[in-house]
Amino acid sequence: MKSAPFDYLRVDSVEEAAQVLAAEGGDARIIAGGQSLMPMLAMRLATPALLVDIMHVEALRRIDDDGKVLRIGAGVRQRTLEHHAGLAERHPLLAKALPWVGHSQTRARGTVCGSIAHADPSAELALVLMACGGTVHLRAGRKKRSVAAADFFTGMMATAKAENEMIEAVSYPVAAPGHSYAYREIARRHGDYAIVGCAATARPDGTTSLAVAGVADQPMVRDLPPPDDSGFFDALNQFAWDLNARDDLHATGRYRRDMVRRLGRQTIEEAVRCRD
Amino acid sequence: MPRLSADRRHPVTLNLNGRTVRGEAEPRMSLTDFLRHEIGATGTHVGCEHGVCGACTVLIDGQTARACLALAVQVDGSDVKTVEGLEEEPGRLGVIQEAFREHHGLQCGFCTPGFLMTLDALFRERPDADEDLIRETLSGHLCRCTGYAPIVRAALAARDWLRDGETDHA
Repeated sequence: MKSAPFDYLRVDSVEEAAQVLAAEGGDARIIAGGQSLMPMLAMRLATPALLVDIMHVEALRRIDDDGKVLRIGAGVRQRTLEHHAGLAERHPLLAKALPWVGHSQTRARGTVCGSIAHADPSAELALVLMACGGTVHLRAGRKKRSVAAADFFTGMMATAKAENEMIEAVSYPVAAPGHSYAYREIARRHGDYAIVGCAATARPDGTTSLAVAGVADQPMVRDLPPPDDSGFFDALNQFAWDLNARDDLHATGRYRRDMVRRLGRQTIEEAVRCRD
Repeated sequence: MPRLSADRRHPVTLNLNGRTVRGEAEPRMSLTDFLRHEIGATGTHVGCEHGVCGACTVLIDGQTARACLALAVQVDGSDVKTVEGLEEEPGRLGVIQEAFREHHGLQCGFCTPGFLMTLDALFRERPDADEDLIRETLSGHLCRCTGYAPIVRAALAARDWLRDGETDHA
C-alpha cells in the first residue's frame, strides 16, 4: 500500500499555509501529525496533488487559556494536550477522553485539530468538542471564520470546512463552575475505534447532557433530565433511537442502541457522582 | 523550504541512532521504506502500512511513532531511533531485548522491534510503569504468535532490571 505521488511543501507560517491552500483549492491537503491522513493516502482514499506540512509553524503550536476557552493550535499534538499542566482542572472531560484517543504511539504524533478535520464518527476529540459546545477556527487566505462544532460536523467524515480552508485552531470551553463530567467508551480493544463513546455533563441544576460518538454519522449531543427523574429513561431511549444506529462489521445497530441506553446512563450517573 | 516535486527524489538527512545518515526520497516515501530501502536499516519491520499493527514503531525525536505514518521528508532533520539503536555494544543485546529472549517474548519476531521501541520509550519516561500501564501502552501493537503473556512478563523483567541498574543479566 503506497500513496499515490504528491508534491510536498513545508511552510514556516500560517499565512503561507493558508495562501497555498487557497491557491491550490481542492488539490492540496494540510498534513500535520498525519495519523489520520497517512492511512487515507496509503489506501488511496485521498490522492492530493500537494501536501502542506504545518508542523514547523511555531505560531500553531500554542495552547492558550483565556479563562473561558482552551484554544488549541493546529500544530498541537494530542500527547502535548494530554500532558498540558492543569488540564484535569481546566477541562476534565478532555483529560478523561484523551487516553482513549488511538494509542500512545499515535497520540505522540497526531494533532487535536487533525482529528477534528478528519471527523471520524467515533472520534473522541470531536465528541468532546460537541459535548462542550466548542468552536472550530477556519481560515482561507486572509479570510477567517469560526464555526460552532454543531455546525462544523455535517456527516460521516464530512465537515463545513471548504476545500480551500484550513483549521487554524479549535476552542474547547473550559469546565463551567459546578459542572462535572464523565467519559466512557466501548471498543473491541483499547485504542480501537469506539463502537460507542459517551461524554456526559452534569449541571448544578440537576439536568444533564449526553454526547454520543460511533453511532450516528457524526457526534451528537442531547440535553436530558436528571437520572433520578421519572422521564429520564424515556428521554434517553428516544435519543438512542434518534441516532439511527446502523449495523456494521463491529456491532449491530440494535447493540449500539442498547449501549447508548446502558453506557449512556452509566456515564451520566458517573458525572452526577463527580458533582456530588 | 521549496516545494518538493512528486516525481523527483529529494535529499533527506536523519540522525539515526546517533549517526548522521543521508538518503533520497520521493515525497510519498514513508519513513519505513526510507529506513529499509535507502539506508538499509532493515530492523524496522513493515506490517500493515496503515498504522494498525505497530511493527514499524520507532522513536522520532524521542517519541514513539509508527514509521509507516510518517513521510521521510516530514522527518528530515529529526532524531530517529530504531531497534538497531538498542544494542548496548555491537553484538550485545540491550536490556529489553535480553528480557524478551529470556522470557520468550517473541516467536517469529516480526512484531518484536515495534514492541521493543515502545518499551524503550515507556521505561525512559516511566521507570516505575506498572503492569496495567505496560499492557495499555502495548495495546498499540499486534502479535500473532505469543498471546502477549510472555511479552508482558518480559516487559516486567526488563523494567526491574533497568530499575535495579543491572546490566549483566545475560
